[in-house]
Amino acid sequence: MSTVIKGAKLLGEQVADICIEDGVITQVGSDLTGDTVVDATGLIALPGLVDLHTHLREPGREDAETVLTGTQAAARGGFTCVFAMANTEPVADTAGVVEQVWRLGREHGYADVQPIGAVTIGLAGEHLAELGAMADSAAKVRVFSDDGKCVSDAVLMRRALEYVKAFDGVIAQHAQEPRLTEGAQMNEGPLSGELGLTGWPAVAEEAIIARDVLLAEHVGSRLHVCHLSTRGSVEIVRWAKSRGINVTAEVTPHHLLLDDELVRSYDPIFKVNPPLRSADDVLAVREGLADGTIDIVATDHAPHPMEDKECEWQAAAFGMIGLETALSIVQQTMVDTGALTWEQVAEKLSSNPARIGRVANHGRPLAVGEPAHVVLYDPTATRVVEPSDTASLSRNTPYAGRELPGRVVATFLAGRPTVLEGELQ
Amino acid sequence: MKHLLSAGDLSRDEATLILDTAAELLSVAKRPIKKLPTLRGRTIVNLFFEDSTRTRISFEAAAKRLSADVINFSAKGSSASKGESLKDTALTLQAMGADAVVIRHHASGAPYRLAHSKWSNGAVVNAGDGTHEHPTQALLDAFTMRSHLGDLAGKDITIVGDVLHSRVARSNALLLDTLGANVTLVAPPTLLPVGVETWPVATSYDFDASLEKADAVMMLRVQRERMNASFFPSAREYSRRYGLDVARMNRLPQHAIVMHPGPMNRGMEINADVADSDRSVIVEQVTNGVAVRMAVLYLLLGGATEGEDS
Repeated sequence: MSTVIKGAKLLGEQVADICIEDGVITQVGSDLTGDTVVDATGLIALPGLVDLHTHLREPGREDAETVLTGTQAAARGGFTCVFAMANTEPVADTAGVVEQVWRLGREHGYADVQPIGAVTIGLAGEHLAELGAMADSAAKVRVFSDDGKCVSDAVLMRRALEYVKAFDGVIAQHAQEPRLTEGAQMNEGPLSGELGLTGWPAVAEEAIIARDVLLAEHVGSRLHVCHLSTRGSVEIVRWAKSRGINVTAEVTPHHLLLDDELVRSYDPIFKVNPPLRSADDVLAVREGLADGTIDIVATDHAPHPMEDKECEWQAAAFGMIGLETALSIVQQTMVDTGALTWEQVAEKLSSNPARIGRVANHGRPLAVGEPAHVVLYDPTATRVVEPSDTASLSRNTPYAGRELPGRVVATFLAGRPTVLEGELQ
Repeated sequence: MKHLLSAGDLSRDEATLILDTAAELLSVAKRPIKKLPTLRGRTIVNLFFEDSTRTRISFEAAAKRLSADVINFSAKGSSASKGESLKDTALTLQAMGADAVVIRHHASGAPYRLAHSKWSNGAVVNAGDGTHEHPTQALLDAFTMRSHLGDLAGKDITIVGDVLHSRVARSNALLLDTLGANVTLVAPPTLLPVGVETWPVATSYDFDASLEKADAVMMLRVQRERMNASFFPSAREYSRRYGLDVARMNRLPQHAIVMHPGPMNRGMEINADVADSDRSVIVEQVTNGVAVRMAVLYLLLGGATEGEDS
């Protein structure tokens, strides 16, 4: 049984046919034939996207998202692998929980689910979770994060960074100094003062990143910075990389596009952690992504039920969904502006996150012998975002009513189409 | 004017119209029968998610003097302490046919949310939201100042205290700027918001330096709990540097007035001798509050022709 993708532009450049058999790319060339033919004329072929930062909510908040619906949303967004954050209920801080999440992903078959383990038991920031047990489990956890909470204790962070060296792990830090952000609601600046919402200063993020890169240098460990959002954070990471510190960084699609002026509406659909920052910060994270200071785009897909957003700002939950819009936002902010090529997009959304997360069979080139994780994307399409048009159980998209470029036409996970003609299979 | 959410939304003409209308309505309070038939048959809901007896009874008195039907809805302590209660409450009030909702809420932006959602289509009056705004307080303060100082254009108004957490300060700064006054905010640096330099005001850390030119001094309530969050070292130190005592009051110009939105912390931001002195117009502010709120409800709900067409 062979499938041939006809006439796609590989990484947006050369037109070629791709032949897939038994989950592997067996030929790349012209005039290929196969049992099934997918016409990809005018479409861009990218390696299946990898999201290093997804909240699937299962176990515990199956009203907001499940592994099934979250991976379906991922497939619709062109993702073939998602890293599931640990802040579930119960927390993914034991081998049992991470194996359960990993197995659910395999059973459903819409995207490979690679669990992220909690750094500390219950995300409480007090005692290290059994990182080694999670690493040795069937899920082979390599990324550890207390995301949603910061590992703010400097000694605990140091120990975690050191400990995961034993199995080539990485600590993905949610950089948020807790005391500087008590009750914080939005980016601190003139607008927070005007709106009377408690400010979330940039320094609360930057101080932790600065500390952590120095710790990583001191103990010779690998650090990943989740969703950095400020100009200062970009500058600190740039400086750290120039010193040879082993740090990687991510930015979310929403921090590439949206700024804090949206908070004027007091509509909590725009409430997110870290908060939407100033327009200048948006420019800075785009520059950082373009020049390689920021290694990856990760969605921080954070589903929440309607009632947690249809309320006053202060009472609302932090977070936005983003799997199904990520590639469009990257196109709009980075490709259409000339800041990135599609080949670089494949690095930021596929090969780099796979490398950081140490998954060997994702983020591979579109070449013979490689796993057949492929996304076909139409960059000429446009669409107006309709919140109900989602595979996610939640509707908290900040892009409702916006016209976005591009459309995921097909996604192949190990040769099997999870999405065809834009529809889930 | 469909809603009153922020003092900054008012043009100079609109603000002046409210103050002029309030002046006319104030005379009603001096009649033996303090009631006008203007809003007969209209329903006004006082929706209070936060305790504030003085603001609630002021709005209640204002509405009743205009013959409106008043429903007091205290959401504080009710089962719904989470946000969705705002939506459900609004839908309930809408179903009951509220023409206006006067809302006090601990969350900044809650009145804005109510006014811009599809949950209700009555007029929304912000009666204080979180650390954001309290526009009717600013209007009654402006009314009080105007009655003592005349036209506020060019007048120097000094506002002292916890600007960071004060909705009164925000609304006053915006409204007084609209009316042409020169506002100086005086506070320790910890109690001025980040970005205050973008406000249409001057700022100072030195209370004494602003006394001699002030036409009015407005003291803001400072909660003692702020001390525990290191906004200032102690109540005594705050009081020494930023409290209004008799010595400071005596350095004010002869005509200057002393104001406070209440409730006062006597001995903290204001000394008892000052609060009870001839300079103090604090009790008058309360009286004027009813007239100003009457004017706001009247103009929103039926008085002015432009209020009808939206």
